[in-house]
Amino acid sequence: MVEVRTSPHEFEEKIKQATVKLLMAAAVYLPKDVKSALEEAYNKEKGELQKKMLRAILDNLEIAEREKRPLCQDTGAILFYVKVGEKFPYMGSLPRILREATAEATERIPLRPNVVDVMTGRNTGNNVGKYLPWIDWEVIPNSDEAEITVMLKGGGSEAVSMMKVLTPAEGLEGALKAVVDTAFEAGPKTCPPNIIALGIGATGEIAAKMAKRALMRPVGERHPDPAVAELEEKALRAINLIGWGAHGMGGSTTALDVHIEVAERHPATFAVSVMVYCWAARRATMKVSADGKVTYPSHRFLEKEVVV
Amino acid sequence: MREFKLRTPISEEEIRKLSIGDIVYLTGTVYTLRDAGHKRLLEMLARGEKPPVNFEGMAIYHMGPIMRKKDGEWEAISAGPTTSTRMEAYEYDVIEKVGVRLVIGKGGMGKRTAEACKKFGAAYAIFTGGAGALGAKAIKRVPAVYWYDLGEPEALWVLEVEDFGPLMIIIDANGNNYYEQMREKIKGNLEQAYKSLGI
Repeated sequence: MVEVRTSPHEFEEKIKQATVKLLMAAAVYLPKDVKSALEEAYNKEKGELQKKMLRAILDNLEIAEREKRPLCQDTGAILFYVKVGEKFPYMGSLPRILREATAEATERIPLRPNVVDVMTGRNTGNNVGKYLPWIDWEVIPNSDEAEITVMLKGGGSEAVSMMKVLTPAEGLEGALKAVVDTAFEAGPKTCPPNIIALGIGATGEIAAKMAKRALMRPVGERHPDPAVAELEEKALRAINLIGWGAHGMGGSTTALDVHIEVAERHPATFAVSVMVYCWAARRATMKVSADGKVTYPSHRFLEKEVVV
Repeated sequence: MREFKLRTPISEEEIRKLSIGDIVYLTGTVYTLRDAGHKRLLEMLARGEKPPVNFEGMAIYHMGPIMRKKDGEWEAISAGPTTSTRMEAYEYDVIEKVGVRLVIGKGGMGKRTAEACKKFGAAYAIFTGGAGALGAKAIKRVPAVYWYDLGEPEALWVLEVEDFGPLMIIIDANGNNYYEQMREKIKGNLEQAYKSLGI
């Protein structure tokens, strides 16, 4: 009996094509939770201008889906968050596969080339450069799967990201103040209504990583720790008291949600990071099993489509 | 809420009729101009060189598109606005020197731009940020592109648009600024927000 096996090359090509599809899903179809929250905001707002703005957002989503166009022209900095099982057979090939898939997706979807050389100002043209696409790793023990989430993080909302190491005395109060102040100062610049994330940890980069992780959580989903969940609710209400509203037209929906992720801190530090996602909060997730089966938990309808 | 249809070139008289909060749908020629484009334009003018297009009475759009070339013609795939505040450093001079009548972007602009709008008869409008697919639908043709060496987002694209909108007037030719007024109006809410958090 001859055992039929997929060759390593075929397998890698399959992951690459699945990643191109993942990027397409993120660029074209806003996640369902974000879309529902925007629809709710449209139904809730009363003012003519507010409604006009939110209507344009909803019309835009419909056109993007119908015509398979990127819903926003700023297809962002491409950020991959990889949870890879220690026994996933192609772990070592993933960085190359993700970079190649990014270049191919840029051409085929197409995405906007957004990678610029710091020294010369030149655009690389294919969304690939040093540390772009960004790949964030988490290794999962006793697993042979890979779960890959991509975020297309636009420049306008990233421009207000902040990180600051507070004193323990400033603590949680200081962290919440940073959230409210960021939302107030951002005003209409970050394409509100926004998803706003707070990360807390021992060092600047841990806090920033927590904040980015918080941005990936679906709208309406609370932190498992009830104490953190309560802070999320309170911060959301506080931001929506400010009154900027959709695109700064004035109104009660400045934020769609607030998410908080907390790591332990150092006795002397209380590092906080606030990150904002525009309403076009594009993210998509795929799972690849060790035998090459691909699923899209965030975009189930794509599993039926064979061709990208 | 008042709604207007405008066609380029726009006269000073037409632009002075508009007030903050008005909605505009624009037909005609629009030039994209972002950070690098503004800088290059002003550098060219400083050297006494002629820009590749005539901006007089025209609209500029703070936008870096996704474009695709199909049968030798450019096609706009996604084309929503970028954050305008980055162009604040340049916009007064651009309005003064090349006679731009309408600046389109998102997120608002500052005092110098408002001053230029008042002095030279121009306005600043926003198109819904993130609405790239909707924006692209209004672009009927892309007749030319200049300064492609700046990269696809930063190049100067010439766009023929039809009923491009809704555009909302944020700074009018009297120098009124919708976002400045909104900020003043809601400033007091900040205390309320702190209080709700026990700060």
